[in-house]
Amino acid sequence: MLEIAPLSTKDPRLFQIASLTVLLGYGMTVLSFDVSPARAALLVGTALCAQLACTRLFRLPVFDPWSGLISALSLCLLLRTNSAGIAVAAAGVAIGSKFFLRWNGKHLFNPTNIALAAVLAVTGRAWVSSGQWGNAAFFGFFIACAGRFVVQRAARGDVTLAFLATFLLLVLGRSAALHEPLTIPLHRLESGALLLFAFFMISDPKTTPDSRGGRLVFGAVVALGAAYVQFRLFLPNGAIWSLALGSLLVPLFDLLWPGPQSSERVVRFRMKGDLHAPLLALRPRFVSLRSGSLPARSRFLRVLRGEGRREAL
Amino acid sequence: MAKADAKLFNRSSQVALVREGNRTVLTMGSDFQGDPKEFAVVIPVPTPIEKEQIHIGDPKLLMRLDAYSSPRLVEYHDPDPCGRRDEMRKMSVNGAMLPQAAAVREKEKSLGVTIEARYTVGEYDILILSAKDSGGLAKWLQSNGYRIPAGAAEVLDSYVRQNMRFFVAKVNLGEKARLGFSSLRPIQVAYESPKFMLPIRLGMVNANGPQELFVYTLTRKGRVEAVNYRTVRLPSDTDVPLFVKDRFPDFYRALFSRQVKHEGSAAVFTEYAWDMGWCDPCAAEPLTAAELRGVGVFWLPDAAGAGASGASDVFLTRLHVRYDAAHFPEDLAFQETADRQNFQARYVLHHPFAGTVSCDAGDYRDSLRSRRESEARNVIALTGWSADEVRRRMGVTAAELDTRKWYERLWN
Repeated sequence: MLEIAPLSTKDPRLFQIASLTVLLGYGMTVLSFDVSPARAALLVGTALCAQLACTRLFRLPVFDPWSGLISALSLCLLLRTNSAGIAVAAAGVAIGSKFFLRWNGKHLFNPTNIALAAVLAVTGRAWVSSGQWGNAAFFGFFIACAGRFVVQRAARGDVTLAFLATFLLLVLGRSAALHEPLTIPLHRLESGALLLFAFFMISDPKTTPDSRGGRLVFGAVVALGAAYVQFRLFLPNGAIWSLALGSLLVPLFDLLWPGPQSSERVVRFRMKGDLHAPLLALRPRFVSLRSGSLPARSRFLRVLRGEGRREAL
Repeated sequence: MAKADAKLFNRSSQVALVREGNRTVLTMGSDFQGDPKEFAVVIPVPTPIEKEQIHIGDPKLLMRLDAYSSPRLVEYHDPDPCGRRDEMRKMSVNGAMLPQAAAVREKEKSLGVTIEARYTVGEYDILILSAKDSGGLAKWLQSNGYRIPAGAAEVLDSYVRQNMRFFVAKVNLGEKARLGFSSLRPIQVAYESPKFMLPIRLGMVNANGPQELFVYTLTRKGRVEAVNYRTVRLPSDTDVPLFVKDRFPDFYRALFSRQVKHEGSAAVFTEYAWDMGWCDPCAAEPLTAAELRGVGVFWLPDAAGAGASGASDVFLTRLHVRYDAAHFPEDLAFQETADRQNFQARYVLHHPFAGTVSCDAGDYRDSLRSRRESEARNVIALTGWSADEVRRRMGVTAAELDTRKWYERLWN
């Protein structure tokens, strides 16, 4: 019988799940998002099933449904499609990416981000309604405060701040150069979609660079990319494309500016009894069996399943 | 069948945007009501344009799009409650709308602005301008006798800095008289640009109060929505009392105003989203292939290709915006989604059985009563009309149809 990872009240993901659930409830009721309860259930169900399947495949000792739930809730908030098949595929890609697209013991992409980028680019039958939040100031404040809290607890506020500060400068700078009234850049920045991205997606500790310097540069690079897509290519979803591509740079940043991995920090916290082991559960068994040391040994994407299992045996 | 003719909304304009890839055809309705010699518009476009890219369209095209996609009433007639099946009849009533303006006059003199082309097409004199110097354009327009409202110079300036180009269209009175059109025909411009947007800022500088805009987009993949404003569907598929048939324009206006208020005056409303291959029921005959090409649907085969109607491969979205500078600081930016779900704003009338009822039909009478109550509640919720007025219009006494809650009745 598979053990289910507990979710302690100190786990930042608890607050994240709560925030995303509130946002989704608000979106589905007050803002009438184009996501039905059935679709939400399908996304959550698929994500959890995929997580369970991968847990078995990788013979992990513990089934950790929580990060899968976060990915599914994020997809509910962002992914729009007429096709249930595409929704299933997106949830599958999100969870699969955590297990199969790894580098140096971290996953390469934020699961929701890569799932969105994949279905947008490949199927052409999905979209993201960035305008769906409206620009109600009250709502912006709410989401920002809720989000900031998540970030502080996830200890990756620096990425968010670097991203937001850079993006803000770019948007304000562009408007100043075009002699646009201040109301225009402010309207662009008062976007629920932007805040959601900054506080819930780019801040993912599993996919950002290990060192603080790396994270600051990373946040700035993603902001540059997002602005490029929005103001040069004139395409929607700039931040999503930018993060998906920018994530490929994270291994480089980690080589240039090495730092402690988030999983190591988690282990240290755990020694102090602060946190249950949510992130440990994601590590394939062979690593913990063989070495017991958590920093990953592999240089290249080496959680290739067959190889790993042979080593473990 | 009730008709809601013409001018439902004041200060309104209609625009059709046909787009696939970067190719765009923009059609601007110009139902200018004043003296035609006062009429001139400055139209910003995202790319340099040449003479051949500007065209004067058939005035019927936008009317056809409007009629085809406007919110409608659907009528159903109850069958004989005693069992004989009566046929169901459907009918529809349109809401339609109207014009835009930006009045100025002309003189001659030049000032730092390049006139790239100047010619007459149909009843319009067209000037294609490019301005490298940002301040130049406004000055040029002013010194050429165009009345530029305060604030327009700033907007033009920021457009110039975005490398947008402009053309000015004004009425050539001689040509207009010769051609004999009573109203001004729509101006069309075809261009290629990654920007899927509609510049609305110029229109707001001299507007007192909010303006109405209807945007018909014709695309291939699916529904179009705004990316920088919330896009909301108008409430639809609601049963309303029979009197709405005679007051449909009022009903639609009141409903729309209430929705605008509900969304904090900052939303774009979807009133129609439909694959043009078919409609059920159609408010008007679907556009023919020739008409669609007239609007600018460039991917349809030439005349012979598609049949008289039922041209597929075109998805029509009708967006309705009430905008002012306070709530719509930015130009409208759009994206084409992959959403092919059909949507129309429709309101349903149920006519009670009109024939002789040969049986007791007590259940039917009860159901009529509760249906009338819920119809009354619906129309009050949608329009904000007072319960008294609704009751009066429904021709019922207060006792017969009381929409108040039991406790409200208790103490009032």
